[in-house]
Amino acid sequence: MYVIVVGGGDVGIQLAKRLIARDHEVLMIEKEASQATRLANLLGDQHVMMGDACDLLTQKTSGFARADVVVAVTGEDEDNLICCQLAKEVWKVKRLIARVNDPAHEEVFRKLGIDDTVSATRILFGMIDQQISSDELIPVGNLHKGAVEVVESELSDESPLIGVAVRDVKLPQGTYIVYILRNGVGMRVDGDTEFQVGDLVVAIVPVARAEGLRAVLREKS
Amino acid sequence: MKVVIFGCGRSGSMLALQLASRGHKVTVIEKNPESLERLGKDYPVRIVLGNGLDLDTLEKAGVDSCNAFFAMTRGDNTNLMAAQIVQHNYGVERVAVKVSDPVRAEAYRKLGLFCINAAALIAGMCLTWFQQENYQPIDEYNKLAEEMEL
Repeated sequence: MYVIVVGGGDVGIQLAKRLIARDHEVLMIEKEASQATRLANLLGDQHVMMGDACDLLTQKTSGFARADVVVAVTGEDEDNLICCQLAKEVWKVKRLIARVNDPAHEEVFRKLGIDDTVSATRILFGMIDQQISSDELIPVGNLHKGAVEVVESELSDESPLIGVAVRDVKLPQGTYIVYILRNGVGMRVDGDTEFQVGDLVVAIVPVARAEGLRAVLREKS
Repeated sequence: MKVVIFGCGRSGSMLALQLASRGHKVTVIEKNPESLERLGKDYPVRIVLGNGLDLDTLEKAGVDSCNAFFAMTRGDNTNLMAAQIVQHNYGVERVAVKVSDPVRAEAYRKLGLFCINAAALIAGMCLTWFQQENYQPIDEYNKLAEEMEL
């Protein structure tokens, strides 16, 4: 595959190294001349190009038109967004991945046509949150280009769901409870399953309805 | 009308004062307090200090209920992103974007954004002036950017 990595910071370097080791054709584009020189020494001249990856001329000469994947991992959300949008609209690149630094921008990117985003902040936040809170909705992963989320929630003794059967819970449309981890053992869920304290509940929910599911977990019915 | 201007540089500040003097309710988003000096003293403009890519800052500036939004910072990508957020997240229909790179301006014009590119305007108006013709609508000058060979 031909992979273009935009942004030669730490994230970009580690990514490029691994892709090169897997024998992919890799080109990294870096704006700063001194950093580009450093990268060329590190990764090899053929893997580095100095330039502004949002400049259409740079995109043309670096071969965006034949790229299989463009990964934009600079520290600036606006640069990652515009680079991916131009790659998609002008060069018809099929696979785009953008790093999102402000987690609130993930939804923005999705609305603007960039479905695959990676937010270190959100992942870290999710991990910390997982440690400390019950009855919160923790995002675990995305399905269907980010339109649907896999989420989990640990039920505390204050949860309104305790003792309630799955069929009696008014879930938002398109939301399914698919799995419960009880005392470390996974179990299948059907309408008769009653929730217990400490259950780790895994659900699939359309992103737009996650707030509704959150309300179900929190509010006394 | 209610308008929000992102960026208080030379063009943003001039636009803010002109709109305010015509009776519009103007809010300016600017992260650098020193840039506000361009507005002079006792300016009739509301200021929101912050980054216009930040959704909270945009909301504080009232983009959810404004009639028009102008992205006027010196960063093309910043302007293009802010304009699209305002257009798609908050449903503002009248959005104008300052874009310095003529090629990028043309690419986003094709995607339906109203992009103003100074290079095309200056070159076009100089051409008009030199040929002693009448000044033309902005679309005519934008065509100069279209002709730029990539």
